[in-house]
Amino acid sequence: MFCEKAIELIRELHRMSDGQLPAFNEDVLRQVLQEMEALYEQNQTDVNEAKAGRAELIPSIKLRHCCLLRNQRCLTAYLYDRLLRIRALRWEYGSVLPANVRFHMCAEEVQWISQYKKSLASFMRSLGGGEGLDITQDMKPPKSLYIEVRCLKDHGEFEIDDGTVILLKKNSQHFLPRWKCEQLIRQGVLEHVMS
Amino acid sequence: MDTQSYLPVQPGVGMGENFLSLDDIVLSHERLPIRTECRFPRLGFLEKSSDSQDIPEGTKMELPLWLSKGLYEKKRRVLSVELPKVYREGWRTVFNADPNVVDLHKMGPYYYGLGSQMLHFDSPENPEIAQTLLQTFIGRFRRNMDSSQNAYNEDTSALVERLDCLEKALFTSGQSGLNSFQSWEKGQASQLTASSLVLNYRKRKITDLQP
Repeated sequence: MFCEKAIELIRELHRMSDGQLPAFNEDVLRQVLQEMEALYEQNQTDVNEAKAGRAELIPSIKLRHCCLLRNQRCLTAYLYDRLLRIRALRWEYGSVLPANVRFHMCAEEVQWISQYKKSLASFMRSLGGGEGLDITQDMKPPKSLYIEVRCLKDHGEFEIDDGTVILLKKNSQHFLPRWKCEQLIRQGVLEHVMS
Repeated sequence: MDTQSYLPVQPGVGMGENFLSLDDIVLSHERLPIRTECRFPRLGFLEKSSDSQDIPEGTKMELPLWLSKGLYEKKRRVLSVELPKVYREGWRTVFNADPNVVDLHKMGPYYYGLGSQMLHFDSPENPEIAQTLLQTFIGRFRRNMDSSQNAYNEDTSALVERLDCLEKALFTSGQSGLNSFQSWEKGQASQLTASSLVLNYRKRKITDLQP
C-alpha cells in the first residue's frame, strides 16, 4: 500500500507525545518524496492516455492523486510539529540549546530556531519603554525577590548582579535572586527549596 | 501545574479533521472494509489475493479511511464503504444496553473519532450511528469524570486501559487539574520546578551526554 512510509514518520512523533524531539528522519523523508515522484510520473503517463480516450483510467489516477495529497499532508504535519517542538525547547532550555538536542535538528531547523531566537529577542528588547523585558521569566507569579535553592549537580562558578561569584557545588544551598536562577531551576541544575 | 510550552495541534471536532493534527492523521489511517464499484486499472498489486493487473469491479478489500474518503463520491459510484462491525446493528445494541462494560480501547482506540468520520459516507444507518456514539459517550462520561477527579496519587492504569483516545485525553486533563489543585492546597503552587521536558530528555539521553 502507498503512504506507509509517511505514516511511519507521523507515528514516530505521535509516540513521543511529551514534546521530545526525535532525530530528524531524513532517510524516510526522502523515501516518501521518491514515492511521490513515482506516483506523479505514473499519473502523468496515465493522464496522457486518458486524454487520448481511455477514460477507464480515471479512477486509478484519482487514487494515486489521493495518495499524493496524503503524503503531502503527512510531511507538512511532520515538519510543522517538529517546529512546534523546537519552539518549545527555546522556552524550556533558554537561548542556548544543549548539543544533544541541536544534534537532532536538520540544517533548516537550526536556521529556523536562530531566526526565532532573534525575533523573540528583538521583541523582548522593544518592551518596557526601551528597557527590555524578559518574558520567559516569572512564569509563575513571584512571591519574593530572593529564593532558597539547592544545587543538584556541580555547575561551576556563577556570578550574580552585585558581582559576587558563588560556586554552585552539588548539595550546597544558596539564597539567590529569583530571576537569576529561574532558568537554572527549569534546567534541573537547581532545586527550589520551600520552607 | 506544569506549564508546557509544547502544545500540539488539536484534533478536529466532530466530523471535521484538522489538517496538521497528528492524532487525526493516525486516526485516518484506520482501515475500513470497502467494495469497489468500478475497475481500477494497473493497480492490481494493491490487492494481494489476485495476480491480475487491475483491481476488478466488486472486489472486497480494506482501504484506509483517508483513501476511502478521497475516492468516495455521492454521485458517481466509485466504491461503497461498509461499516466496521463495532458500528453495526449488533454492537449498537450492546452499546445501548450498557456502555460502561465495553472496552473501547480494544474496539477503537478511536471509537468516537472513526464513528464520526463514518458519517461522511451516505449510509441509511447514519442517524442511528450518531445517536449511539452520543449515548455511549454520555453513558460513560460520568464515571470517567468521577475517577479522573478523585484518583489522587493512585495507579490509574486500570482506569485508563479501557478508555477511547478522546476519553483518555479528557481523563488526563482532569488529572492534571486535580494535581494542580492539590499542590495549590499544599502551598506548592508557587514552587519553581524543573521542566518535565528537560527531565525526560535527561532520562533518555544519558548515554548521549557521556563522551
